[in-house]
Amino acid sequence: MIFFDKVSKIYSKTSIALEGVSLSIGPKEFVSLVGHSGAGKSTLLKLLLAEELPSKGSVYFESVNVHSLPRRKLSLLRRKIGVVFQEFRLLSNKTVYENVAFAMEAAGRLSKEIEENVPFVLDLVGLTDKSSRFPDELSGGERQKVAIARAIINRPDLVVADEPTGNLDPVSTREVVSIFEKINKLGTTIILATHNKEVVDSLSRRVVTMEKGKIIRDDKSGRYQT
Amino acid sequence: MIFTKIKRVTKAGFVNFWRNGWVSLAAILVVVITLFAIGSLIFSKAVLESALNHIEDKVDISVYFKSGAEEKDVLAMKEVVAKLSEVKSVEYVSADKALADFKERHKDNATLLQSIEELDKNPLGAALNIKAKEISQYGSVAKFLDGKSDSSGDSIIDKVNYFQNKKIIDRLSNILDSAKKLGLIVSLVLALVSILVTFNTIRLAIYSSRDEIEVMRLVGASNRFASGPFIVEGAMYGFFSALIAMIIFYPIIVWVDPKIASVFSGVSLFRYYIDNFGQIFAILLGVGVFICSVSSLIAVRRYLKI
Repeated sequence: MIFFDKVSKIYSKTSIALEGVSLSIGPKEFVSLVGHSGAGKSTLLKLLLAEELPSKGSVYFESVNVHSLPRRKLSLLRRKIGVVFQEFRLLSNKTVYENVAFAMEAAGRLSKEIEENVPFVLDLVGLTDKSSRFPDELSGGERQKVAIARAIINRPDLVVADEPTGNLDPVSTREVVSIFEKINKLGTTIILATHNKEVVDSLSRRVVTMEKGKIIRDDKSGRYQT
Repeated sequence: MIFTKIKRVTKAGFVNFWRNGWVSLAAILVVVITLFAIGSLIFSKAVLESALNHIEDKVDISVYFKSGAEEKDVLAMKEVVAKLSEVKSVEYVSADKALADFKERHKDNATLLQSIEELDKNPLGAALNIKAKEISQYGSVAKFLDGKSDSSGDSIIDKVNYFQNKKIIDRLSNILDSAKKLGLIVSLVLALVSILVTFNTIRLAIYSSRDEIEVMRLVGASNRFASGPFIVEGAMYGFFSALIAMIIFYPIIVWVDPKIASVFSGVSLFRYYIDNFGQIFAILLGVGVFICSVSSLIAVRRYLKI
């Protein structure tokens, strides 16, 4: 489903983010991407979303080379991938409901579908009673749940999360991770970049470990090791 | 489908405009100043033009005929002059009327009136007062008249006062030309400066939303869907600014109107404002909406490159 083919990302001679990375991820997998800060996890995810271009190699999503797409088709690709960021990145002048609905509106879905699906997803992440709040009226954990709701509202095949628990307390972290597990059970592939040992150990799913722009370990059912 | 998108983009624009109240207000204030400057240019041009017309209208040349000239020759001359393409109007002043005017003008000067009475014959000749369409055309009208003679070959024209007034007429003509040119240059510079200021203000307003634009792109919004609300917001800045500028003009014009009228009699700015309200509002609205939405478009494009 996802295939990184000998991908390198070189900013300058002294700053090499990725070096000859090859990685294949199948449908319905739950992959944890671990490693220290600067190991290349975020770069790998940015390449998948075509936020950045690789210096060498290519990235395939559902057999399409994502970097061969013209900019106007990128939005079609991104609607198939839900994204969750460490710093939430919600639209600050939209309410919780509107933030989630925005992803559906952008995808051109019918108003009727939006009115049905948004409450359903808000219920799934447990935020039904906060749907008319603005992001800055929510706690970090709640904001991240909104971001997850937004990421899954279009029923994407893949959800990519870059350090989603980095700014959360342990209780919120557990809640957020359990939402990811729930989504994965419903059939969505998940890539979770993190350096939180407890999270990775509690999942006991596939773990890909990165260091200095390379993949140094790939365990089918692993634990966090450095 | 396209209709739904337009509806969503418009609605988002309205909502953003309202929720970013302070930013909207600040942007509108700057745009009001821009439109106010442009509106002032329109009004000053109107005042200047009508004042200049007023001055131009006071300029004429007079052709004085010899006192013995036959009335029919003078009238024939009037016909000829009236047909010239440069001439706007010709007024015939008979010898008797000239005398009456002279007496009226000098009614306080007893000695002068007495000496006139003592003459048994009217010493004044008939005259033609000629107005040209443009000040610069007086020269050619005067040249045409100079040396005209009656059927018998003698010149019936005593003098044409253009040649005495030439210097003043030329100078006035130069001043009017420079005033028009200067007005145009000042207008263009002011308009340019205010457009740049508006552009920068809107760029700053959108700069604060750059992260949101990126997020919209990353959750799958097309470029148009992400940038549309900003353009709607820009158009709303333009609309409200034009409305506010037009309202601000009202008290200012009421206040300034008598002052202008006292300097240039016969010029009414208030009348101009009322008569051309719709047209001026349309100009400000068009300029405002255009500048603001184009500024938004240019500003937002920078952040869509993702």
